[in-house]
Order: sequence, then structure tokens, then C-alpha cells
Amino acid sequence: MDIKIQNLSKSYGVQKAVDHISFEVKTGEIVGFLGPNGAGKTTTMKMITSYLDKDEGDIFIGGQPANERHIKKHIGYLPEHNPLYTDMPVIDYLEFCAALQGVPKPEMPGRVREMVRVCGLDVEKHKRIRELSKGYRQRVGLAQAMIHDPEILILDEPTTGLDPNQIVEIRELIRKLGKEKTVILSTHILPEVEATCDRILIINQGKIVADGTADVLRKQAQGQQVLRVRISGADTDTIFERLQGLPTIASVDILDADNQRFELQSVPEQLSNQATFELCVRNKWVLLEMIPYETRLEDIFRNLTL
Amino acid sequence: MNPIWVITKKELGSFFDSLIAYVILIAFLGLSGLFTWDPFELIGSSDIFFRKQADLQAFFGIAYWTLFFFVPALTMRQIAEERKTGTIELLLTKDVTDRQLIIGKFLACFLMVCIALAFTLPYYFTVAKLGDIDHGATLCGYLGLLLMSAAYISIGLFSSSVTSNQIVAFLLAILIGVLFHILFEVMAGNGQGWFSNLLENMSLRYHFDSIQRGVIDTKDLVYFASIIVLGLGLSELIISKRS
Repeated sequence: MDIKIQNLSKSYGVQKAVDHISFEVKTGEIVGFLGPNGAGKTTTMKMITSYLDKDEGDIFIGGQPANERHIKKHIGYLPEHNPLYTDMPVIDYLEFCAALQGVPKPEMPGRVREMVRVCGLDVEKHKRIRELSKGYRQRVGLAQAMIHDPEILILDEPTTGLDPNQIVEIRELIRKLGKEKTVILSTHILPEVEATCDRILIINQGKIVADGTADVLRKQAQGQQVLRVRISGADTDTIFERLQGLPTIASVDILDADNQRFELQSVPEQLSNQATFELCVRNKWVLLEMIPYETRLEDIFRNLTL
Repeated sequence: MNPIWVITKKELGSFFDSLIAYVILIAFLGLSGLFTWDPFELIGSSDIFFRKQADLQAFFGIAYWTLFFFVPALTMRQIAEERKTGTIELLLTKDVTDRQLIIGKFLACFLMVCIALAFTLPYYFTVAKLGDIDHGATLCGYLGLLLMSAAYISIGLFSSSVTSNQIVAFLLAILIGVLFHILFEVMAGNGQGWFSNLLENMSLRYHFDSIQRGVIDTKDLVYFASIIVLGLGLSELIISKRS
């Protein structure tokens, strides 16, 4: 089930938390909602889940304008900080959530068992929630979000506060779920979006500033190819001049004169790998390294949000 | 299953899970029992043996005060804690409306009071054995206690919805409650004319006594119903603000 947001806005007093944002998420897509703290990620998510009223804009679920009942039936939500009734045993808690979501009584034990299996809660299922470690609590949070088998999952910072192993586990779980479901997850951890998401939405000051896969965003940010090469066989100045003479290369920087490392920036829309290689062959130089330099997501993020 | 009932069941369950229920039952029954029967002659002026009448006036008189303090203890955590832990967001993004949530919680507290009062039924049977009890008046006495509790539960839920601090919720409930419980009556007694009349009509004691005398007047029922509806309505309004 796909989800479409049009011109969604929300203000707190004079402050615009979310400013006319529009985007679309297709079935089976995992979208990462990225942005600095206070960018409007959580507010957007709360509006999609109908917890907060929107000031303006429309939300369509499966092509239909969404009303509150509709949203609650089709969306599973894991709020920020994963609030839970810590006094309840895991099974009771999941049954309570299932009952609230209107899961029919005969199906309830099956659904709960399914969630315990999918989220790997089997060992801990009879404990009270407060006795669980943070990673397991997060699994309980995911389990309650999916208890009514929603087609759309909204996860607000699902991996904050977890240790690296738990983060990997939760990410794998999300990837697994994302095959069938539409997932929107928010985070400010950059490697996380690369690891889990098909697409990235960067939001800043209530506006969407970038939308695309990690690769597309890189290309947009970069514009032209950058290569880092290390060449030996001649002195630095000669290599520098010859490299500059190549038609596909726009500029050359010497990174490290002693080790003869250069950074080559290609002319837009052109690649210089082959020309560089052939230049070395012609001059009988040794090409020791050639590394395509990728703009890191961190840089893109900083550029867009600072 | 209706979401209201799901909430009610869960809240009632958590009373018994968290010892609140037992503490309140023991304190309520202990205090009420002590003052109703006064076996140690501590007060010796209002208990059943002193009155030498086969009625439960002694019990209703004391329950009027014990419930006044115990009801806010039941209601104080209801919404305040959900706010504090953030679980309110969890609840309201499930298939539950704000109104269903409030009504569910109201019913849980009300059932808890019913359970407490049910444990005092042996008083009734005992007194009925001892003498010729007025069944109608006793029934009305219980009805009065239930209506009063319902009114204070809705005031308590309102207090709990305006804050995320349970202590504040408790004190606010007592503060609002004490107006209805005694202050309006006192103020009415000190004045004259229409204003004093109005205050008297706003006093809960006035309506409670009227029901307790064994007369179920529409006026009294409307009074309690309005407090309940107003309290629950305001709670819903505050929750819907999501602040």
C-alpha cells in the first residue's frame, strides 16, 4: 500500500515545524527520513499517524484520502523513545495492543505468536517488559507496531540507544519487514539510512531538501567524477603537467608531493579513468593507486542542512 | 472487542497488578469498618452500636470522607502517567478515540470503587440480622456513594489530564473536590439570597444527603450527571490538544 503526502504543514505558534512538504512512498519501499534534530521529522510522522492534527495538506493511503480510522487500521507506529507499559508481561502487552487494534479474538494467539517469532522474542516472552534489555524492548516496540499486520510501518528512530550488535539486528529485521511493507523510518544516524533504506528524504527546517537513493544524492552533490591516483615513474611536476593536459580532466590537485598522490577532477559528464591509465602506459609510469572518490553522505547532509 | 472495554480491563488489571488495589481496599475497608463499628470505643458517638439503630448511616457518613480521598488516589496516575511515559501516543495511534480512552479509564476506576463497596455488603447483611433495616434507604445510600465516586472520578481524570505529575493531579483533584465536598456548603451557610441558594445547589453534600434520605430526585441525578459529563468532556478536550 503506497502513501502519498501532499503539502503537509504544521505550525507550533509562529514556528513552522513542517512547511508544505510533499512526497510519496511506494509499496515495499523503505524510506529513510533524515534530518538534524528539530527538523520536523517526528512532527511529520505524528501527522501521518494522525496523532497530531495537520494544519494543511492531504495524506493519501493506497490512493484514497486517509481518514483517522483508515490510518489507524493500516499504519503501525513505533513512537520516538519507544514508550511501553513496563509493568506488563510481553505477551499480555502484545495481546492488549492486538485487542486495541481490533484483531478478532480467535486470531489473537496466532498473531501474538507470529510477532514473537518474527521479532525474536521467544526467550523473553514471559518476562515483564521492565526486565528486558533495551534491544529487546525495541523488538517489543516493533512487535506492537506490527501486531495488526499493517501495510505501512512508521518507525521514529528505531535504533537510538542500542549497542552496535542490536543495531545490526534491528536493521536486519526492518529490511526483512520492508520486503512486503511500506516503511518510513526516521533517524539522524547516517550509516543507518545507507544500510537499511532504499531511498532517502532529507528534511531541514520543515522542508524537504533532498529526495533520492544514496547514489543519486551523491551524484547530485558531486556533479563530476573525482579520482585519487598515485603514480610513480617520473617526477611530480612532469606527472602533474601531463595529467593536466588530458582533455577529460578539469583540474588536478597535488595531495601529497612525496608520495606523488593526485586528485583529479573530471570535466562534467566525462570519466577520466581510461585516459589516465593510457597516459601512464604511454609514459611507462606505474599506476599504483586509482580510487574513485565518493562524496560521503555526511558531507551531503552537512551541505544541505547547514 | 470494544476498545473502551479493552482499556477498562487493562486499567483494572493494573490496579491489582501494582498493589494499588490492595492498599486502597485494605485502607478503605479498615477505616470504614473501624468507624462504622468502632469496636474499641475510640470515638463512641456515631457508630452503629452507639446509634442503636438498624441502619448504615454510620458507614455512609464515613465512606463519604474515605472515598473522597481514595478516588483521587485511583485517578491521579490515569492520564498523568501516560503523558509522562509517552504511552499516550501509543494508545491514541491505535484504533482508539480520545473519548473511548477517557470512558475506558473512567469505567475502570468506577468498577474499582464498586469492588470496594461490594466488600462492605456484609455490613448490610449484619445490620439486617440485628434489626429491621430500611432496605430502600440503604440502597439509596449506596447509590449516593456510587454517584459521588463517579463525580470525583471524572474530576480526578480531569486533574490527571492537565499535568504529567501524579502528585499535582492528586492535589488538584482534592482541591477541586473539596469545593464540592464541603466549601460550597459552608459558603452557602454563611450567606443569604439567590447566591447562597446557588452555592447550596452546587454543593455535593446537599445532593448526597438528599439521595441518602431515600428520595431519588431528578434534580440530584442531573447534578451528578452534569459533573461527570463536564469532567470527562474537559478531559477529552485537553487530551485532544495533544500538548
